[in-house]
Amino acid sequence: MRLKISHTTTYSYDRPVDYALLQLRLTPRNGPGQTVLSWQSQVSGATQQVAYQDHFRNDVELVQMHEGGQTVTITSQGEVETENLNGVIGMVSKVPLWIYRSPTRATTAGPTVRKIAAQAREALAGNALAGVHELSSLVAEAVTYTKGETHVATTAEEAALAGKGVCQDQAHVLIAAARHLGLPARYVSGYLLLEGQTQQEAGHGWAEVHIDGLGWVGFDVSNAICPDDRYVRVAIGRDYGEAAPVRGLRQGDATEELCVSLQVQQ
Amino acid sequence: MTDTRFFNEMEAGEGAPRAPYADYANWFSGEDPKDLLRKSAEAETFFRRIGITFNVYGQKDAQERLIPFDIVPRIISGAEWRVLEKGIEQRVRALNAFLADIYGGQEILRSGRLPTELIAKNDAFLPQMVGMVPPGGVYTHIVGTDLVRTGENEFYVLEDNARTPSGVSYMLENRETMLQMFPELFTKMKVRPVSSYPAELRRSLSDCAPPNFDGTKPRVAILTPGIHNSAYFEHSFLADQMGAELVESSDLKVVDGKVQMRTTKGYKPIDVVYRRVDDDYLDPLSFNPESMLGVPGIMDVYRAGNITIANAPGTGIADDKALYSYMPDIVEFYTGEKAILKNVPTWRCSEEDSLKYVLDNLKDLVVKEVHGSGGYGMLVGPAASKKELSEFEAKLRAKPDNYVAQPTLALSTVPIMTKKGLAPRHVDLRPFVLVSPNRVHMTAGGLTRVALKEGSLVVNSSQGGGTKDTWVLGD
Repeated sequence: MRLKISHTTTYSYDRPVDYALLQLRLTPRNGPGQTVLSWQSQVSGATQQVAYQDHFRNDVELVQMHEGGQTVTITSQGEVETENLNGVIGMVSKVPLWIYRSPTRATTAGPTVRKIAAQAREALAGNALAGVHELSSLVAEAVTYTKGETHVATTAEEAALAGKGVCQDQAHVLIAAARHLGLPARYVSGYLLLEGQTQQEAGHGWAEVHIDGLGWVGFDVSNAICPDDRYVRVAIGRDYGEAAPVRGLRQGDATEELCVSLQVQQ
Repeated sequence: MTDTRFFNEMEAGEGAPRAPYADYANWFSGEDPKDLLRKSAEAETFFRRIGITFNVYGQKDAQERLIPFDIVPRIISGAEWRVLEKGIEQRVRALNAFLADIYGGQEILRSGRLPTELIAKNDAFLPQMVGMVPPGGVYTHIVGTDLVRTGENEFYVLEDNARTPSGVSYMLENRETMLQMFPELFTKMKVRPVSSYPAELRRSLSDCAPPNFDGTKPRVAILTPGIHNSAYFEHSFLADQMGAELVESSDLKVVDGKVQMRTTKGYKPIDVVYRRVDDDYLDPLSFNPESMLGVPGIMDVYRAGNITIANAPGTGIADDKALYSYMPDIVEFYTGEKAILKNVPTWRCSEEDSLKYVLDNLKDLVVKEVHGSGGYGMLVGPAASKKELSEFEAKLRAKPDNYVAQPTLALSTVPIMTKKGLAPRHVDLRPFVLVSPNRVHMTAGGLTRVALKEGSLVVNSSQGGGTKDTWVLGD
């Protein structure tokens, strides 16, 4: 499938900002199931400082907002040819697998997550792939997709306890539970084509779990499927924070307003 | 009386001095002890005046304390020093090869020589360093290896201090003080100088700069957490001595792809930063987001190859106390040679059999926290009360992974000057090692720490230890 993506993020501030840095992970790479045909990123209101590959081989740009500026606009657009691999990414791992076994702050399994994980233990012992599918549906049941109940720094345990969250929270709960059960797991940020809906409010996020014999397999809890040719992987990390499209830090106490315009279409 | 359980570095027995101390002992016998005691007091005034003080954590009333200085030098012969030099160079090369491997191909884990768990479950391992080759391939630019001596030819490495070893300012100031107080001794004896250390440090760091610096030489800066840090004196002293900039977080920004410092003439790029800020605080954008001491974006600039960070982030994995017991294997794995310097036998309390042994023999052992430093949170079995022993036993049982244990070493002694004349006290030694792409350099000298309390084996300044000037003879 050929997907056309256009993604614009605008940060506006109510007063001039002296110094702000933004770390961007917005560039998809060629890999299993996807070939990037064209991709362009543009930043206005900020200047690129460095570009490099991080420890997960994500392409990263560090940009600095213009001194005294009040808006930054980041635009990425391009075309990606995708193929349906039923979520199976395979054995590719550029870093040792055990890095994905240890919990991070956002993906530490507390009592609630451990309880969800325990229910999948039996299925997992029979067949690992079926077990993770089971775990994924358990997470979907336990954490219902609800907007506005969680925020960007909500942890897996907090979301599980609340029983509500968005795709990021559901992925975090799955990751935390999988790691608790001894499986390497990671976060993927990217894009998803939605049927009959061109305009989207935000990028998408899901989990990948490493299964012996298959390698990395994607699980999108929110949509109850393994990613297919409607998905584009952009960045990976141990949790959302490491794979986030934008991480920022600024001086001063200006109030930020975020505006996203995202279109994914065939 | 001489306690024969401990190797006395000054005395050979029967009151005769050991060879390295012969000239000193000869001179000493001609001095009036009253004069020497007076000079001891002068030395203290001298240190107070120049302002070498030290903040002790956990002591409210004595925020700034002077580390006591003893006027009797610790003397090491040229031949003894050459063995230490060879042994430490070997060890430091192995540490750098280990770090390159651990953040690269991880051959040592695949070979099975080191359990993967030891790295995987270790907070000192920084995933952010995976695949990152620092400029010049150097990870540990500055190392302060802690050594102890137990006999004529017996030296043990106690700790590798590969993060940010402190104390070098004492090496320099102690010598300065001795030169002022006893100039005649330095004409009688051939003592190798230490004064070139700041210039060597600067040269060594400059040799590790990224290739793309502006102008004719790289700009070097020391990043300090600020005036409230216990080693602030050393940061400012070193910056001054080596002609480097002393900067704090608020002086730095990312400008044009480099970390730059604010000056009266605008921003100037920094090529090498000797940071005295811990990994976790180094960059709020990549590590602890709450950090106010770090430089946002410095890791991005680092990964892009535009700055050298000394020591490299993540080097703590090499001097971790849990890893220490594997050092003989690590040295052999990367150098193909047997380790020249001995390792202290170490029980890893994470292992069931070892824990049992440690609990059964607690009163004879030294137990340390795996991630601790500065002598905090450790137990010296032979010196501990029954209550302390039972409290520590509970801690060990609760969190065995957190501890390693070692036999109580019979640390050598060197005399200190007391009101009753010379009296032996236990010492250790921290030489300072500089690593650049082409050279491992060890200044002939170091910091000798001395436990001032009679019989005490804890030399840490935070626990009442003092320092001595360390003389390496030019024979």
